[in-house]
Amino acid sequence: MKVAFSLLLTAILTNNFILSKFLGICPFLGVSKKLNTAVGMSGAVIFVMVLATAVTYPINLFLVKKDMEYLQTIVFILVIAALVQLVEIVMKKYMVTLYNALGIYLPLITTNCAVLGVVLLNIQEGYNFWQSIVYSLGGGLGFMLAMVMFAGVREKLEGCDIPKSLQGLPITLIAASLVSMSFLGFAGLVDNIFA
Amino acid sequence: MAENRAWKEISKGIIKENPTLRLVLGTCPTLAVTTSLESAIGMGLAASVVLICSNIVISALRKLIPSKVRIPAYIVIIAGFVTMVQMIVKAYLPDLDKSLGVYLPLIVVNCIILGRAEAFAGKNSVFYSALDGIGMGIGFTCALILMGGIRELLGSGSIYGFNVLPQIGSLSPMTIFILAPGGFFVFGILIALTNKVADKKGKPKAEIKECCNCPMADTCSMKTEEEVAK
Repeated sequence: MKVAFSLLLTAILTNNFILSKFLGICPFLGVSKKLNTAVGMSGAVIFVMVLATAVTYPINLFLVKKDMEYLQTIVFILVIAALVQLVEIVMKKYMVTLYNALGIYLPLITTNCAVLGVVLLNIQEGYNFWQSIVYSLGGGLGFMLAMVMFAGVREKLEGCDIPKSLQGLPITLIAASLVSMSFLGFAGLVDNIFA
Repeated sequence: MAENRAWKEISKGIIKENPTLRLVLGTCPTLAVTTSLESAIGMGLAASVVLICSNIVISALRKLIPSKVRIPAYIVIIAGFVTMVQMIVKAYLPDLDKSLGVYLPLIVVNCIILGRAEAFAGKNSVFYSALDGIGMGIGFTCALILMGGIRELLGSGSIYGFNVLPQIGSLSPMTIFILAPGGFFVFGILIALTNKVADKKGKPKAEIKECCNCPMADTCSMKTEEEVAK
C-alpha cells in the first residue's frame, strides 16, 4: 500500500509526465486552450495509458521468455495502435456517452509519446503488474493535473498585452516553464513523507 | 531544373521549414534530451538516420501501401528502423544509450518522422524523399545542437563536457537551465527569435494550431468535429 501510494505521488507530482519528463508535449501545447477539451483529452489519455499497461505487461513477459526483447518497440506501438482502434469501435457501439466525451481524442493518442513512454518506463524500472498499473494511473493523473492547470493559465494569457514576437507559442512555452518551475518545489516530497 | 529542385528539397528543411523551430514538430525530444550538447547531437543523428531510411522505404513502397492502412504501415516501417538504431547505439555507444534512455525508442512517435512520411515521402519519388529526409534531419539536428549548446553552457558552464566558464568566487552556473523549466524557457525564447526574423521577412510565425501539425490530423475526428461546428 505504502509503495503504491508513493509511486502514485511520484508520478503525479515529482516526476510529472509533462512538466518534468516532457512526454506528451504536443497535446499539452495543442489542446490545452480550453478547459473542457483539456479534461476530455486527459481522460482519454488516463484510460488508454492504464489499458495499454495492462495489455503490454503480459506481452512483455512473453517476449522476455522467448528472448526477443529487441522487438519491444515494434510490438508495443502496434499493440497500442490496435488497442486504441478497438477501444474506439467498442466504445462507439456500447458506451455512447463515454464515446461522446472521450472518443474524439482517441485517434490522437496513438502517436502520443506519453502512452508508449509509460509502457517503456514501467519495463525499465522493473515494476511488477500492480506497480505498473499504479504508475500508469499516476502518470495519467499527473498529465491531467498539468493540462487542467495550464488551461487556466492560458485563459488568463488570452487577454494580456504581450510583445509581438512573444505572442502565441513563445509566451505559452515561457508560461509552461514557470508552471514547471513550481513543480520543482515537490522534489524530495515523496522521499520525506515515506522516509 | 532537376538540380535546382534537389537543392531546394534539402535546403528547405534547414531554415525555411525547420521542423523544430518553424513547424514545431517533435517537441518532446527537443525539450527532453537537450540537457547537454552530447546527447542533443546523439538524438539528432539517431532521429535523422531513422528519418532518412524510413523516407526512402516509404516512398519506394508508396504505390503498394493502400491509403486506408497507410498510417499503421508507416508506423511499422519507422519502428523497424528505430529498433535497428536502438540496437546499434546499445552495442557501440552504451553511454549515449544511457543518457537518451527511454527517448531513444520514443523516436517511433516523433511527429517529424511520421509527419514527413505523410506529407512528403508518401507522395514523392525516392530520390527527393531521401533529400527531404536529409534536409529535415539536418534542420532537426541543428535545432537540437542550438538548444543543447545554450542549455549546457548556461546550466553547467561547459560545452561538450569541457568546462569553459571560469569559476569566480562562489558563482556557479544556473542549474535551472538543465532542469525542466530551462528547457521550456530556452525553447520559448528561440521560437520568439525565429518568429521575429520570420516577421521581418513577411513570413507567418510558428504556431501549433490545435492539431494541424499533427500527422494524424487527416484521419482524426477532432477536425471533423470542428468543421461541423463551423
